[in-house]
Amino acid sequence: MHPVLKTVLQRLGLGLLTLFVVSVLIFASLEMLPGGFAEAILGQGATPETVAAFNKQIGLDRPAAVRYVEWIWNILHGDFGYSYAGMGGSIKRSVSDLIAPRLYNTFFLAIMTAIVAVPLSLFLGIMAALYRNSWYDRTVNAVTLTTIATPEFFIAYLLMFFLAIKAKWFPTLSTVSESTTLLEHLWRAGLPAITLTLVIVAHMMRMTRAALINLLASPYMEMAQLKGVPRREAIVKHALPNAWAPIATVIAFNLAYLVVGVVVVEVVFVYPGIGQLMVDAVSSRDMPVVQACALIFAATYILLNLSADVVSIITNPRLLHPK
Amino acid sequence: MKSDTQRVKGEALLEIRGLKIEGNSDGVWHPIVKGVDLTLKRGEVLGLIGESGAGKSTIGLAAMGFARPGCRIVDGTIMFDGIDLRAASEAEKRHLWGARIAYVAQSAAAAFNPAHRLIDQTVETAVRDGIRTRDQAVADSVDLYRRLQLPNPEHIGDRFPHQVSGGQLQRAMTAMAMSCRPDLIIFDEPTTALDVTTQVEVLAAMRNIVEQFHTAAIYITHDLAVVAQMADRIMVLRHGLEVEEAPTREMLKEPKQDYTKTLWAVRSLVKEESISDDVTLSVRNVDASYSGVVKVLDNVTVCLPRGRTVAVVGESGSGKSTLARAITGLLPPSKGEIQFNGKVLPKALKDRDKDTLRRIQMIYQSADTSLNPRQTIRDIIGRPLEFYHGVKGAARDRRVAELLDAIELDESYIDRLPTELSGGQKQRISIARALAAQPDIIICDEVTSALDQIVQEEILTLLMKLQKETNVSYLFITHDIATVRAISDEIVVMHQGKVVQQGPKTQVLNPPHPPYTELLLSSVPQMDPDWLTNLLADRARAKVKA
Repeated sequence: MHPVLKTVLQRLGLGLLTLFVVSVLIFASLEMLPGGFAEAILGQGATPETVAAFNKQIGLDRPAAVRYVEWIWNILHGDFGYSYAGMGGSIKRSVSDLIAPRLYNTFFLAIMTAIVAVPLSLFLGIMAALYRNSWYDRTVNAVTLTTIATPEFFIAYLLMFFLAIKAKWFPTLSTVSESTTLLEHLWRAGLPAITLTLVIVAHMMRMTRAALINLLASPYMEMAQLKGVPRREAIVKHALPNAWAPIATVIAFNLAYLVVGVVVVEVVFVYPGIGQLMVDAVSSRDMPVVQACALIFAATYILLNLSADVVSIITNPRLLHPK
Repeated sequence: MKSDTQRVKGEALLEIRGLKIEGNSDGVWHPIVKGVDLTLKRGEVLGLIGESGAGKSTIGLAAMGFARPGCRIVDGTIMFDGIDLRAASEAEKRHLWGARIAYVAQSAAAAFNPAHRLIDQTVETAVRDGIRTRDQAVADSVDLYRRLQLPNPEHIGDRFPHQVSGGQLQRAMTAMAMSCRPDLIIFDEPTTALDVTTQVEVLAAMRNIVEQFHTAAIYITHDLAVVAQMADRIMVLRHGLEVEEAPTREMLKEPKQDYTKTLWAVRSLVKEESISDDVTLSVRNVDASYSGVVKVLDNVTVCLPRGRTVAVVGESGSGKSTLARAITGLLPPSKGEIQFNGKVLPKALKDRDKDTLRRIQMIYQSADTSLNPRQTIRDIIGRPLEFYHGVKGAARDRRVAELLDAIELDESYIDRLPTELSGGQKQRISIARALAAQPDIIICDEVTSALDQIVQEEILTLLMKLQKETNVSYLFITHDIATVRAISDEIVVMHQGKVVQQGPKTQVLNPPHPPYTELLLSSVPQMDPDWLTNLLADRARAKVKA
C-alpha cells in the first residue's frame, strides 16, 4: 500500500475514534443539563406524576447507558431518531427530516462563502507577500484586522443598512424555503455570505502571507531569482507549492467555522440554517435534535481537518515520493 | 580548463572596476568589499579565494549585478559584455540571469526547490525565455546529465531533490546552470558541503563541462587545493580587498604575499606521533542503530590510549558521530561493551554516576548552538565547576579565570556573552567548559570544521598544548585529512559503520592501504594543479587493469 494511503486510512480511523468519544461526551453532557423536555414542555405547574408519565411515554425513564447504546446503534443504521416535539401526537417528525433542509441551507451558505472567501484570501495574501511592507500590504492588513475585530452582528447590521435598506441590492431578510429557486437563493443568501467572508478572510489571508514570507529568504527562492524568474512567478511557482500545509490548516479551520459557528449571522438575517435549529432545540431540550446537530458539527471538524492533513501530505514530495 | 596553453581566451567578457559593497548590520552600513578590480576573458576560469568574511561570495554575486538583501553596491562599474549591470534595470538583469550568466550555489540541497522535479527546474529558464521548446530542453538536459556522468541520465530528472545524493544534486545544478549555454557561470563554493570522495567526481564533471562549452567561470572557494584544479588564474581576497592575483601555477609556486603563504598554515602543523599501551577507553565489538533496523555502527572496536589523540576519519554517514554518541551514552549500544579505566561502562547515560560523566566530556562542531547565547562566560564555564566539583562563589570565579588563562583569553571576557565573541573564541570557550570538569577524555566532534584555516591552526595548537599540560586523551572526529595529519597519534578509518583500518598515524597514512583508505587519501586535493588530472588518469588505468 502506498504510504500516503496508509496515513490517510490511519487518520480516518483516528477520526472515527474521535467521533465516538465525542458522541459519548455529547450524550453525557446533555444528560447533565438541569431540567428535561417534559419540564420544558409542560411548564412549571406540572406535577411530578405528569412529568414521569410524559418521560415514560418518550422513553426517558430508561437508564442513560441503554438510551446511549440505542441511539448510537440507530445512528449506525442511518436513523437519527424522532424529535421529542410531536412525539405524543399523531405526526412524528424524524430528526433527519427536520435537519436535512436546514443542513442544506447551511452548506449552501458555507460553500457560497468559501468559493468567494478562499480564493480572495489567497490572492490578497500572495499580493501582500509580494508587496511586503508596502502601502497595499499595510492597508489590506489593517482592513482585514478591522473586519475580524468587529463583532459579526455589527457587520451584519451595517451591511443590511447600506446594501439592503439604502442601496436595495439585497433583501434585508434571507428567508428561503424549499420552493426558492437557486438564483433566488443565491441572492437571498448574499448578505450573510458577504458578512461571513469579511469575518474569515483576515485569518486565511494573514496565514498565506506569513507562510510565503517565511519561505522568501530560503536559498531556492534566491536561486529562482538568479535564474531570472520574475518575482510574481517565483512566489506562485516556487514558494506557494511549499506553503500549502499551514495555509490548508487555516482554511480547514475557517471552513469548519462556516458550518458550525454562524448562528449569530443566521439569526440576524433570519436565515434558516442548522445553527438556529440547534439553538431552538437546546432551549426546548429536544435532545435527539441537539445530539444529531452536535454530531454533525464534530464530523465536519474532523473531516475538514483530515482534508487539511491530506493536503499537507500530498503537497510534500518527501512524503508523496519517498526515497 | 586550467592550463593557459590549452585554451584560447577571447576578449574581455566581464570587467569590474573599483567595486565597493556595503552590508547592513543593526542599521549601520559598513564596507564588505572595498574597491576590487577584476577582469575575466571569454572561456577563462578565475578562482576567488579567501577566508570567510573576505567578500568573495559578495563579489561573485555582484558579477551578476546582484546584491543580497542587506547588502548594496555603492561604487564601481560592472560591465558584462558591454552591458553596464549597475545601470541595468531589474527586467534587463532578469533577462541575463539564467540565460547568459548562471549561478551554482554552495548547498544544492537547499538551492533546489523541494516541490519540483529536477528536470522541471533544469529546463525552467530555457523554456521560459523561449531559448528552446520544452521537448528540446528536456532532450538537452538529458545530454547534459550524461556529460556530467549522472547515473541513469534519461530518468534522473524525474526525481525530486530529496531522492538523489548531495554529489548528484550538485552536478544536476551544474546542468541547470549550463542549460542555456551561458557565457559566464558563478560557482559559489560548490563542493564545500561534499565529502572528499564525492568532491573528486563533482570537480571532474564541472571542469569537463566548462571546458567543453568554453564557458567563462568565477570559482569561489576557501580551499586553495581545490581552486588549483579548476582555475586558470587565482585572486586572493582578504577583508574585501585583493591581496594578490596571478596565473594558477605561478601563484602556487611562489605566492608573493605573506597572507597567501599563511593559507597553507594548517598543513605545516605536524605532531610527532607517540604510541602508548596505557588504554583509558576501549570500545569492543559495539553495534548501534537509531531505528533498530539499519546498523549505524557495525562491530566497532576502538582503543583510546591515555594522554594521546586518536583521530576518527570517514565521510558523512560513516558512523563517526554515532560512535561519539555511543561512548557518551546518548545512544546506548545494542551489542558489545565499552570499558573505561578497566571497568565496563553502563550503556545508558542515566545509569552512569556523576564521576564517570565528569571524566568524559564533549566539544561540538558548532559553538554557536552548543553555547547558551543568554549565559555569560562565567556561567558557561562555572556551571561544570559547581556541578562536578562543588566550587562556588569567589573560588569558582578564580577557577574560571585560570581556565580563561589556559585557553589564552583575557580575564575580562568573564562577563561577556557568547554572541560578542568570534567563532574561534567561542570554540575556545567550549574547550574551557570541557576542561572545567577535569576529564580523562574529551571527544572533539568536527571542532575545527566550521573555522577558517588560520583559526583552525590556533585551536589545534591550543588543544595540543592542553594535552601536554593535563594528559587528557582526545577522540578527534573529523573528515579533514590535513587536520588528522596535524594532530593525531593514531587513526581510525570508518566507512559505512565499520572500522576499515586502525593504527599509528604513520602506518595508516603510508601504503599499503586497504582499498577504502586508499580512496579516501587519494581524494584529498593536493596543492598541485595537475593533481586532479593525474588522479583521474590513475583511476582510469586501475579500472582498465581490473
